[in-house]
This record gives sequence, C-alpha cells and structure tokens, in this order.
Amino acid sequence: MSHAPKISRRSFIISTAAAGGGLALGLNIPFGPGVVRAADGSPEVNAWVVIRPDDTVVIRIARSEMGQGTLTGLAQMVAEELECDWAKVTTEYPTPGQSVARKRVWGDYGTVGSRGIRQSHDYVRKGGATARTMLVQAAANEWKVPAPECSAANSVITHKPSGRTTTYGKVAEAAARLEPPKDVALKDPKDWKIIGKPMKRLDTIDKLTGKQVYGADIRLPGMLNAAIKDCPVFGGKVKSFDAGKAERMPGVKKVVRVEGSAIAVIADTWWHAKTALDAVNIEWDGGANAKVSSASIAEMLKDGLGAEQAFVHNEKGDVKAAIAGAAKKLEAVYAYPFQNHVTMEPMNATARYTADRCEVWCPTQNGEGALAATAAASGLPIEKCEVYKLHLGGGFGRRGAIHDYVRQAVLIAKEMPGTPVKLLWTREEDMLHGMYHPVMQAKLTGALDASGNLTGLRIRLAGQSILATIFPQALQNGKDPLSFQGFWPSGEHAFGYSIPNLLIDHAMRNTHVPPGFWRGVNINQNAIFLECFMDELARAAGQDALEFRRKLMAQHPKHLAVLNAVADKGGWGKPAARGVHRGLAHMMAFGSYVAACAEVSVSGGSKVKIHRIVAATDPGYAVNPAQIERQIAGSFVYGLSALFEQECTVKDGRMEQENFHQYNSMRIAQMPKVESIIMPSGGFWGGVGEPTICVAAPAVLNAIFSATGRRIRSFPLKNHGFQMV
Amino acid sequence: MIQLNINGKSFNVDVEPDTPLLWAIREQVGLTGTKYGCGIAQCGACTVHIDGAPVRSCVMTAGAAVGKRITTIEGLAVNGVLTKVQKAWLEHDVPQCGYCQSGMIMAVSALLNDKPKPTDADIDAAITNICRCGTFQQVREAIHAAAKA
Repeated sequence: MSHAPKISRRSFIISTAAAGGGLALGLNIPFGPGVVRAADGSPEVNAWVVIRPDDTVVIRIARSEMGQGTLTGLAQMVAEELECDWAKVTTEYPTPGQSVARKRVWGDYGTVGSRGIRQSHDYVRKGGATARTMLVQAAANEWKVPAPECSAANSVITHKPSGRTTTYGKVAEAAARLEPPKDVALKDPKDWKIIGKPMKRLDTIDKLTGKQVYGADIRLPGMLNAAIKDCPVFGGKVKSFDAGKAERMPGVKKVVRVEGSAIAVIADTWWHAKTALDAVNIEWDGGANAKVSSASIAEMLKDGLGAEQAFVHNEKGDVKAAIAGAAKKLEAVYAYPFQNHVTMEPMNATARYTADRCEVWCPTQNGEGALAATAAASGLPIEKCEVYKLHLGGGFGRRGAIHDYVRQAVLIAKEMPGTPVKLLWTREEDMLHGMYHPVMQAKLTGALDASGNLTGLRIRLAGQSILATIFPQALQNGKDPLSFQGFWPSGEHAFGYSIPNLLIDHAMRNTHVPPGFWRGVNINQNAIFLECFMDELARAAGQDALEFRRKLMAQHPKHLAVLNAVADKGGWGKPAARGVHRGLAHMMAFGSYVAACAEVSVSGGSKVKIHRIVAATDPGYAVNPAQIERQIAGSFVYGLSALFEQECTVKDGRMEQENFHQYNSMRIAQMPKVESIIMPSGGFWGGVGEPTICVAAPAVLNAIFSATGRRIRSFPLKNHGFQMV
Repeated sequence: MIQLNINGKSFNVDVEPDTPLLWAIREQVGLTGTKYGCGIAQCGACTVHIDGAPVRSCVMTAGAAVGKRITTIEGLAVNGVLTKVQKAWLEHDVPQCGYCQSGMIMAVSALLNDKPKPTDADIDAAITNICRCGTFQQVREAIHAAAKA
C-alpha cells in the first residue's frame, strides 16, 4: 500500500447529485440510492469500505499514520466486523476536502492525545459491520433466500442450507445500492479474530525500498522549492533585509517576506533556495521578548511556587493541617525544561494556489486542521481548498494542533500563483520554531505520621499552560486541566493514590515561547514529580518503595495491577545482579494504566547503563499487541533521550539549540532491553502511543538514586554530569 | 554538469560541484529514498554507500562522488528481490514512521558486508543513526536475523 498521491488528484468520483460531487463520469444509477465510487470506479459499500471486483478491500482511514501503527489498528477494527480476508486489505486516506463535502462522514481526523483508536473504535467497527450486513443482504437477494440463512467469513458469503457461496467482490455493486441498516450489533470481544492479534503493519514494504513518499519527498510538475527563516525571537519581526546578493544566485526566482516575521527564498531546487537564503542579510527586531532568558523564565516559575493564587484540581481533607501536624515533613522542588519534538522529517508543506483553488500536500496529524489552515492562509472558502495527506516522518504532537508550516507554504505559494511550491524547513529552523514541551516547576510537600504513613501531600505546579496559548477556549474558568494529567480525581488521567489530605494546584506562568503537545504532554514531568517524590517519601519513612505505594493503592486496583506486574517480573525485592539497582514508577494517562521497573548500574559515578526496563500497560483492549510493544519501547527512547540529553534553553528571547549536536538523541548502543507486559483487562478503551512514555524516566531516576544516593530534581541529566552509556 | 554513477547507472547531473551529494541525489536524480534529517552528519538519515562504504551524503559534495560507485536505498533490491536486510526488516516489522530507515538499512547493510556475524558490540559501534520513533530493539533483532539468513 502506498499513500503517495498521484499527480492527478486523489478524488472520489461521486455518481449522483445527492452526494453533491458533480464529478459523475456516466456512472449514474437511474433508480435507487446513489452509489458513491472510488477513483477507480469500484463501489463504496459505505464510507469506510470500498470493494473491488477482484475482492480487494479498501478500508478508509481518517486518522494519520506517523509510525504509531494506527493505520493498521484501525484497519483491523473495520476488517474484524467486515469479516473480510485480511490478506486482501489495503487502506487509503479520504481527503479532508471530501470530509467537508460529505459532512464529516469519517468523523474526527485528529491523531493526537493517543485518541486515534480509543475514540473511534465504535463507529469504525460499525462501519465494518454495516458493510458486512449489506454484502450479506445483497447475496441473499441474489439467491432469493432470507439473509439470516447466510453467513460471511474471509470475504466469502455462504448460504448454509444450500452450500452456495459467493465473494464480496461479486456482490459489492449490488450491496452498494442497498439502504444501510440502521442498527448493527458489534461482535463480543471474545469472538474477535483480527482485533487483538499481532498483525504485521500494512505500511512496511515501501519504507524498506525508498519508495514511501513523505511530505518532504513530494515532486509535482513545475514545482519550485522554498527555504525560510522566521525571526528567531518568538514574536519578533523582520526589521530590514537585503536580498541583492541572493537574487543573483543560481536558480533563485524570488525572495519574499512572509507575515512580517520571516524571509523565504523560492528557487528551482531546495539547495539553491537554502544557500541563497543564507546569503540574505536579515536584520531582526526581537521586540519585547528580546531580553528573555531561561534564568528569567525560571525566576518567574519559582515565584509561582509560593504564590497565593493557583488553580486547584484535586483536593481532599486539610493538607495544611496535615503538614503542620506531621511527625516528619519532607519538601522538594523539581524543574522540567523546554523540549523540541525534533521529528526526523523537518516541517514541510507543498502548496499550489490559484485565485479559485488552493491545494496542499503535507504531513499532518490532523487533516482537518491542515485544511482549515489552508483556507485561512489562502483567503479562499474551505470548499475551494484541499489537502492531500502524506505519511509523516514522525509527529509526536508537533504536526497536530498548529499548522504554521502549512500557513507559510500557502502564503509563499500565493507569491507564485499556479506554481506548486514546496517549503521545507532546515533542521535549524525546526529547532528554533518548535511548539515546545512546556516548562514546569513543582514544589512537593509530604506529611508522614509517626508510623511512616503518608497523611498529606501537597503538589504546587508552576509553569506554562499549553491550552492557554493554543486552545484558550478549552480552559475551564481559566484553569488548564491538562496541566494536571495523571493527577485528576478521576477520569482518563486519574491519580493513583488515596491520601487523606491532598492538594494539587497550578500557578499558571506563561512564557513567550510557544508550547505544544509533546508525546505524553504533561505526564512527562508529572510522573517524575510524583513518582520520584513517592520514592523520597518511602525512604524518609524507612519503607520499601513498593510497599509504601501499595498501602495507598487499595482503592486503585488497576493502577496497582500494573505496578504489581512490573514488580513481579522485574524481580523487585529479590537480589539483583552485582551493581544493578532498580526503580519503580506507575501512572494512569490517556485512559491507560502503565508502570515500569528499571534496572540500572552506574559506573564512575556518572555513566548510567540502563540494562532492562520491564513495562506494563492495561489499555483496556489491546488491538495489536505487537504494535503496542513497539510503542512502549519506542516511547522509552523518546522519553529517555529527553531525560538525559534534551533541553531547549532561551537566551536573548530565542532558543540556543539548533541541531542534534546540541540536542542529542539516544542511539542503539544506549537502548535498554524492554520487556513489555500487555495486560488488557477489558471494558474500557485506553491510549497506547503516549501513556508509557512517562514511567521510564522516574523508574530510571529512582534506580539512579538507589545506585548513587543522588536525587536529581532538574533536567536533563547531562547538566548533572550523567551520561547514558 | 557532473557525471554520477548511482545504482549502476550513469547520470549527468546539473549541479554546482559543491552541492551536497544528498541534494544532487534527491533533487536532480529524483531518488527521494535518501532523506534529509540534519545536514551535519549527525542523524544518518542520508546514509548511502560510496564504493560499498557507508557515507553521510549530506556532508559529502557531489563533486567528490564523481567516479565513485554510489548506492542508494533504491539500489539495494535488484529486480524487486529484497536483500536479506530488507527481508529481515519486513519479517521483524522494524519501521515505525520509517523516515530514518533508509539510512538505517544502508548503515546495517554496510556493516553486514564488513562483518557478516556482528556482535552486539559491533552493532553498537557501527550503527549510530538516530531514530526518533525508537525502533532500536527491532533493529537489533533484525540485524541478528539477517546475519543468520
């Protein structure tokens, strides 16, 4: 399967006026409901399923594939109910423009918040079940027998009494003309044959041969290329620029100012555009933020730790009294830095603009968001815009909420109407203009009674809100509930301990640095704050870290189950190899329960070898355990790279790190052995791509403390001389 | 105009000789399997073989590659028959987003040509490509599988 768009646009041919397409190619059906056809003329049984005469099943996927396997998982969900032959399944992305024309028949395109499967499982399965019902009915009609006498399996329909059979490909045309049933029953999970199985990914082969087309790879006839430099100080602008030299350089077509804050060069090749851009003499006006530094931001956050006013999200009992009356009180301050997503494929988009149409080819986690950005930047109504989604060279949250790169590409293309222009950011531009993991500090205070029981816990967060900057409409009376991920009283980010006196609040301190959703979002720091501090408290109480936690978890059986699972498999309480130390952590996030037990040794006081991490997740249902294992291990690479190496520091209002030599990422030599325990307990749907990321860091930090006696409370660890080996 | 020998074919390529080989391959020759990730030889997404040895093509000039045998990811499989590394990658479902995998596969293929039965230490020393999705566990398994194939 390939999502490489053909140059002739990937449109659906809609055969009746009812569907509003107006693209009929003489395929109108004179009577009965209209049949909607795919570009090759094959009938849509419904919006989710197209069946070709050769029995190929094309399953439509609205969410985006960025490596997390959602494309395969969603296809499994449809195929399960469709009862089709998995070997004949292929997939395609319906375009966001078609979604507009067909009134969001595919629902939400957003592939963010680990929601791809857990928030569409119901309607995509119904899509498969509805199509199966129609296919069976069509066969029954042909045979003139009652449909209940027929059954479907592996794309074959059988009339049981007579033994007659036919295939989906043969009845698809007739099925497409039937009225869809209003209600379809979904299978009992115990009868699943495709969901829950470790199916191979559907999108691997082209990634092995260089054939897979990512956004950065698209080539259109007559296409030009653009490189861009936006003011490195966030919120700053171009004061002046001299393009005289650049304009005379080879291949250069045009030097343009974009939105007052950026300069772009359009040239025949990207390399010409980039080298010419380097020759443009640009003077920046950093504006009001030109003096901001990491130190000034840290000072602002520190002020928040002691502020009177804060948003309260989880409160029980009287924490002040508990702390005042504690036999032993413990206090610690933690700090988490800005981080960039650094997707392997830098931001890019290709746009073609004319006065009455604007098309964009881009990697995006949210096709509808990319389409909205296209319409806004082009100034055209959304019906005159289209987005062709391409595979993403990594997303991790960077390409979901904000389509700054699409906006820029459209604005640049407007300078050359009719000519497609591909905008590709340099890695440096990508590092300087991220949507950064927000900065946060936390002050934690714990109260222990004379027997070492935790009687009170106070967590004050101080730092940046993502929602306040990019989705202020989602704030709750000013409060950002996402700042408390993992700390909620209940729900998909539920706190996993029962503590009689508890207060968790957030002093919002926003900066001029644009924040974004970075894989795991706020659980990255919240899990470190909570789970390292629980370790500190257990030690202060003179208790085993696991037993100390267990006493507080009786009311949280699913949290406890994953913690017990990693402790058991990780050998907690049993002797480890010489020099090897263990650490634990657990959390609930994005609807799933996760835990980790890390084994670490430290040599020379600073060289950290992570030998093994046992990880457990209970996502309710495990659609594809093989892909979940890969998400767990992969999330640890992302999270541990951040823990040890990654920090974006601000100087003179801009980020200081511009490439991997200043912002390192884990290599294979540093990869621990990851052993996954996938323990779906059923009855709920949790996420997979993000939750586990948060438990690796605190488990490793707790193990490092055990090995060295050093409790590190600010990150990354390289700032403390630690190195991952 | 320079002449480059890529995947056994000769191409007349209209670039300034100081253009990085990566961009000559991607933009002039049109082979986009070789990826841009950093431009400073840190990430390895642009790895190709020059006379059989792995090279990060973002920091080698096109001019310096004249007269040499260049192999890109598109040149591994001959007549659609996957190499043992590609087969192992398929069997172990290695790629996630896949963007770094061209470079990863080129680096691994060169390693196995050099050391047909690499130890874990050999792998750690030779494979320094960045993968942000974190496929390393499957990469290691697949390397050992390819070595046994």
